[in-house]
Amino acid sequence: MLLLEDYNTRLVVFATTLLGLSAGVVGSFTLLRKRALLGDALSHATLPGIGLAFLLAPMLGFNGKSLPVLLIGAAISGSVGMLSILIIRNLTKLKEDAALGIVLSVYFGGGLSLLGLAQQMPEGHAAGLESFIYGKTASIIAQDAHWIVGAGVISLMVLVVLYKELKLLCFDDGFANSRGYPTIGLDCVLMATVVLVTIVGLQAVGLVLMIALLVIPAAAARFWTGNLFRMTLLAGFIGAVSCMLGSMISALAPRLPSGAMIVLTSAVFFLFSMLLGRQRGVVIQAWRRWTTRRRIDRRHVLRGIYEMLESQSLDPSTPPGEATAGTWVSAPRLLASRTWSARRMFAEVKRLREEGMLRTRDGELALTAAGWLEGRRLTREHRLWELYLITHADVAAERVDQDAERIEDCLEPVMIEELEALLEQSVTGGRVPLSPHEIDVSSRLVGGR
Amino acid sequence: MDDSSNWMWELDGWIVAAGVLCAVASSLVGNFLVLRRMSMLGDAVSHAVLPGLAAAFLITGSRHSFPMFIGAAVVGVLTAILTQWIQNFGKVDEGASMGVVFTTLFALGLVMIVQAADTVDLDPGCVLYGAIEFTPLDTVLIFGWDVPRVVVTLGIVTLINLIFVVVFYKELKLTSFDPSLADTMGLRSAWIHYTLMTLVAITAVASFESVGNILVVAMMVVPAAAASLLTDRLPWLMVASAVIGAMSAILGHLAAIHVPGMLGYASTSTAGMMALVAGLLFSLVLVFSPKNGVLVNLVRRQHLSFSILGDDVLAYIYRVEEKQSVALESLNSMTRQWLQKQLLSSPIATSLVLFWFRLTGKLDWQGNGYRLSPTGHISAASLVRSHRLWEQYLVDQAGVASDRIHGQAEQLEHFTDRSVRDELERETAFPSSDPHGSPIPAEVAITERKFMDNSSTENPPS
Repeated sequence: MLLLEDYNTRLVVFATTLLGLSAGVVGSFTLLRKRALLGDALSHATLPGIGLAFLLAPMLGFNGKSLPVLLIGAAISGSVGMLSILIIRNLTKLKEDAALGIVLSVYFGGGLSLLGLAQQMPEGHAAGLESFIYGKTASIIAQDAHWIVGAGVISLMVLVVLYKELKLLCFDDGFANSRGYPTIGLDCVLMATVVLVTIVGLQAVGLVLMIALLVIPAAAARFWTGNLFRMTLLAGFIGAVSCMLGSMISALAPRLPSGAMIVLTSAVFFLFSMLLGRQRGVVIQAWRRWTTRRRIDRRHVLRGIYEMLESQSLDPSTPPGEATAGTWVSAPRLLASRTWSARRMFAEVKRLREEGMLRTRDGELALTAAGWLEGRRLTREHRLWELYLITHADVAAERVDQDAERIEDCLEPVMIEELEALLEQSVTGGRVPLSPHEIDVSSRLVGGR
Repeated sequence: MDDSSNWMWELDGWIVAAGVLCAVASSLVGNFLVLRRMSMLGDAVSHAVLPGLAAAFLITGSRHSFPMFIGAAVVGVLTAILTQWIQNFGKVDEGASMGVVFTTLFALGLVMIVQAADTVDLDPGCVLYGAIEFTPLDTVLIFGWDVPRVVVTLGIVTLINLIFVVVFYKELKLTSFDPSLADTMGLRSAWIHYTLMTLVAITAVASFESVGNILVVAMMVVPAAAASLLTDRLPWLMVASAVIGAMSAILGHLAAIHVPGMLGYASTSTAGMMALVAGLLFSLVLVFSPKNGVLVNLVRRQHLSFSILGDDVLAYIYRVEEKQSVALESLNSMTRQWLQKQLLSSPIATSLVLFWFRLTGKLDWQGNGYRLSPTGHISAASLVRSHRLWEQYLVDQAGVASDRIHGQAEQLEHFTDRSVRDELERETAFPSSDPHGSPIPAEVAITERKFMDNSSTENPPS
C-alpha cells in the first residue's frame, strides 16, 4: 500500500496495532471481572508518578524527561493506585465503582498539583508531560514501539500462564477462593498487566484512547461468543484491526487525529457487534424472544381450544374422539381464557390457519385433524408436568398450571418418556391424563403470559 | 497567581466560595451515585460532553458560555441515556457501557474540534480543567455587588440540587436502596433516575466549565464515600458529605497556596489540591471512622483476641490447679513459656495478658509459677462453669455428640454471663458434672467464696 511506504506511518500503524491487540486481550479479563473502568482509574493514577519522577529525577542525577524514568514513576504510582483500590474495596463496605472513582479523581488531582509545580521547574518547563494525557499518536518514535512490544509480550505471557486461574477468577471468584486460589493475588496480577499496558499506551496514544482500547474491543467481542478463549482472541483482533484502520484513516486524511479515529473505528466495530453479534447481539436476542413468544402463543391457542372441547364433552373421563375435531368454539371465550391481547391471539390464529391447524368462521374457531392432534399432544405434555410437580416436587395444585407453563417450553420427547415412566400412571400410549386441577374455561385469569 | 501567599478576600474568598459551592452541589447528587454504584458517571459525563461543547460552538460561532452550557448538558444527559440503553439492550455491564459511550463521544468531540481548528480556538485542555484560579476575574453585578459569574452559576446549581433532593427525598431514598420495591409501590424509578442523571450532567458541566472537571469528579465520589463510612442514615449522609466536600475545598485552597511555598515553589493547581485534600480526608475517615474505621476494627479485633486469650489463661490455670494432686510438678512450673506452649499463643500477647492479670491481681507469682489469686479464682471458676454447663447443654438439649462439644463450648464460654449460666443450669436440670465427668463449679460457691476470700486471705482451697 502506498500509505505504508512512509516509515513514520508504518511505525505508528505497527505500534498502535500491537497496543490494540494486547489491550483487547487484557481488557477481556477486566471486562469479565466487571472492572471495565479499571484502566480508567489506573491511567489517571499514573499521573502523580509522572509528575513526581519529573520533579525528583534531576535531584538524583537523571534526566527528568527521559522516557524510562517517567515510565518507572508511572508504574510505581499506578501500582500504589491499584493497591488503594484493593484496600478500599476489601477493607470497607464501599463498592468497586466508588473505589475506582476515588482513586481516579484523587490521584489525578495530586498529579495536576505536581504538574503545576513541574511547570515552574527552573530547568525548563514540563512541556511534553501533557502527551501522557492527550497522547501524541502521530509522532510515535521507534523507542515507543519497543516499549509497547515489551509490555505487550510480557502481559500476554502472564495471561497465558495464568489463564486457567484468571478464568476461574473472572467467572466465579467465590469458587476460586474456596478452591484455595489466592484471589487477591490474582487480582493484583490482572491489575498489574493493566498497569503495564496502560503506561506504555498512555504516552503513545493518550489517556482516553487507552481507556477505549481496554473497554471497547472486549465489550464488542462479548457479543459474539460466550467462550473466554475465543473472546480474548476476538477482542485482540478487534483491537488490532481498529487501531490499524484508525491510524491509516488518520494518515490518509488531513486533520483527523489518529487517537480519536482509532476510538471511533472501534466504536463502529462495537455498534456492529452489538447489533449483529451471534451470541448476545440485539437482533439475535430480539429474534430469540420473538420465536419463544410465538411458540408460547401457539401452544396457548391449541391447548386452549382443546381444553374447551374437552369441557364441552359430557363425560370428561372418556377421551374425546376424533369427531370433536371439527367442533366450533367461540373465539371471544378463548380470548377471555387467558391474559393476552386480542391482537396477539388473532395474529397467532392467522398463522395457525395458514399452517392448516385451524379453520375460522365468523367469531368461531375449529381445529383441523392435524390441529387437534397437536393440541392433544401439547395438553398431554402440560398435564404430565403438572402431575410431576404435584407428585414429586410437592407443588400445590393451584400453582402447578403456571409452573408447568414455564417448564414445558423446554420439554424434549425423551423427557416425556421419562416422565411417563416416573409417574407410572395409566397415561402411556399417548392418552391425555385428566387435569389435576379444575379448568375454568369460561373466565380463567391466570395461566397466560 | 504569583504572589498568592497572601490571602486576599476579594480573590481567595471567591475561589473558596466557588470551590465550596461546587463541592456541595456535587456531593448532594454524588451520594446517590455512590449508593447506586454509578460513581464513575461524573468522570464519564465530564469527558463525554466535548462534542456538545464543540457543536454549540460550531452552531453559534461564539464562545459565549450559555449555548455551550446547553450543548454540554444535552450531551451529558445523552451519555446517561446511551449508557442505560447499551446496558439494557446489549446486556453489557454498567462500567463497560459507560466506558464505551464516553470514550466514543470524547473522540467524536476531538475530531469535531480538530476539523474546525481553522475557525476555532477551543483547547480541549481548557475544557477539561477550566481554571478555578480565574474565578474572580469574570464578574456580574448583583444587588450592587461584583459577584463572580461562576459563583452565581454554581449557587443556582446548588440550589436546584438541594430543592430536588429535598422534594424527592422519599423517592430518591427508595429508588436508591430498593428500586424494585419502589417500582411495586408505583414510584417512577426510571423517571427519578433520568432526572438524577440530568442533574449530574448539569452539575458536572456547570462545575468543570468554571472550576475544572477533576474537581467535580472528585467531589461527586470522595465526600460521599467518606460520609458513607461515617453514617448509614441518609440525611446524615448528605450533611456529612456536604461538610467534607466544603472542608476539602477550603483546606485545598489553603494547601495550594501554602504547601508549594514550603518546598520552594509558587502556588499550584487549586482544583488538584482540593481533590487531593478530599482524598486525604477520605483516608482519615477510612482509618479513624468510629463506625467502620480500619483502626477501630483493628483495635476491636485485637481487644477481643486479648480478652479471649486472658480467659483461656485463667481457665487453663484453674484446670491445672483442679488436678493439683495429679500433676504437682506442672503446677510448680506454670511459667509464661509453659503457658504459651500449652495455649499456642504468641510470646508478646501472653506477656501482655499475664502482666495485665498481675496488675489487676488475678494472678500471683509464687516462686516458680503463676497461681490464681482469690479474685482470679472466681473469674476462672465462672469461666469453667460456663464451659462445662455449655457442654452439658449441648449433649442434653442440642443432641451434639460428646466428642464434639468441647470446641463449641470453648467458643461459647467467652460470651456467657451469670443469667445465661443460670438459664443453662435450669435447662440441664442442675447437673453436678459435665459430660466428661469433670465437676461443674457451683455459682453459689463462686459468690460465697468472694465474701470468704475478702475476710480471710488463705491459700485457695482446691
